[in-house]
Amino acid sequence: MSEAIEVRDLVVRRGKKTVLDGFSCVIPRGSVTGLLGPSGSGKTTLMRAVVGVQIVASGTVTVLGHPAGSTPLRRRIGYLTQAPSVYADLTVAENARYFASLYGLKAAAADEAVEAVGLTAARGQLVANLSGGQRSRASLACAIVSRPELLVLDEPTVGQDPVLRDELWDHFRRLAADGATVLVSSHVMDEANRCDRLLLIREGALIADDTPAGVKAAAGVDDLDQAFLNLIRRQEEEVAA
Amino acid sequence: MILASTIRRILGQLRHDPRTIGLIVVVPTLLITLIYFMYEGQPAVFDRVALTMLGVFPFIVMFLITSIAMLRERTTGTLERLFTTPVGKIDLLFGYGVAFGVAAAAQATVAAAFSYWALDMRTAGSIGLVILIAVANAVLGVALGLLCSAFARTEFQAVQFMPLVVAPQLLLCGLFVPRDEMAGWLQTISNVLPMSYSVEALTEVGVHAEPTGIMWRDLTVVVGSIVVALILGAATLRRRTA
Repeated sequence: MSEAIEVRDLVVRRGKKTVLDGFSCVIPRGSVTGLLGPSGSGKTTLMRAVVGVQIVASGTVTVLGHPAGSTPLRRRIGYLTQAPSVYADLTVAENARYFASLYGLKAAAADEAVEAVGLTAARGQLVANLSGGQRSRASLACAIVSRPELLVLDEPTVGQDPVLRDELWDHFRRLAADGATVLVSSHVMDEANRCDRLLLIREGALIADDTPAGVKAAAGVDDLDQAFLNLIRRQEEEVAA
Repeated sequence: MILASTIRRILGQLRHDPRTIGLIVVVPTLLITLIYFMYEGQPAVFDRVALTMLGVFPFIVMFLITSIAMLRERTTGTLERLFTTPVGKIDLLFGYGVAFGVAAAAQATVAAAFSYWALDMRTAGSIGLVILIAVANAVLGVALGLLCSAFARTEFQAVQFMPLVVAPQLLLCGLFVPRDEMAGWLQTISNVLPMSYSVEALTEVGVHAEPTGIMWRDLTVVVGSIVVALILGAATLRRRTA
């Protein structure tokens, strides 16, 4: 079985708004898939459904062969929420060690994860005293600490220094090369070029599902920003017609 | 294993917050000292009021810090993230129950020791039983705090549960008006509020040298209430949210 995530006819309502309306997609294993779309398009909701914390109205989400959110998956996935979800009144190392312990892992695994996000120098600092970018890296360390088979990252590179962003992407690519599946949301198009596949969503609907090159070819332009604009316009014309 | 590291994590959070530790340890002792001077020259009244307050203060403090701590888990997203990991609801609830129970034990021990030795409080029964009942009451505060935090979206709402949950129990526990002198319907309410039992248990320790059957029954009711509140708390914790 080669797909890591299979979403079928997913409907999610939050309050009165239907955020995802019959959404379907397949994400292959061992890939870095970028989830792109404007704020409010349903990226976070889709990620929450994949990690199994979102109440869904109908449809199915299958992750690594199991229904999303089922018990066996909890050891196999890592989730980075958009706002850094670490304990502000613990140090970076204490946070990483706590999350490591949930998987039965020792402090060494935690220290490795802290190093991978470039926070070794700040490991003894309270998260409350870190900068915004450092906080989100501390949060990332807790998501990768268990070396999950599926890593779901909600905007992991926001507010990061360009050099660091580059290093983080190298890290995601290495994880995928080792067989992990990475689903990462972003609204920075230059990052989209580093993905194996792209999913573009807008207003809860899938507009494109292809490689970056494929997206550009389909839109007939060489710039991803422009490509997405073309695809959205084309779709709107189809709907109008 | 997960429970143990969760307890360690919560105690670690406390450790990085020395001011909160100071408040936990010192505030009940200060308030009981205040009561001592209020009833100077009336040792019998002081004994009764201080003994009751040794049960009430830990309840209030633990209720407040637990409901805020749990609300923080919800609002900062750590709870959502924990629910994508192998953590069980029981690990979380008991993690808070045990960790704050340890803090409550320290608090009750300091307050009781100070009341006995510095303020000359006297009870017929032993200080050990007083501390035991005080800690049970504090853990009850933790359990109710965990439960109530589910119904609060913001800190503003969470703190308002304090008067709602604490005040009726304090007013009807028998400290201000003996329970058997209350109107029948007030007695009925008093009978279903768990703090009435912990106060009655403390009163029993105050007047009897040996632990009585009523005291053990009351303590059992308090422990039973803790279990019920934790089960209800587990029911309000949802892995999936809208």
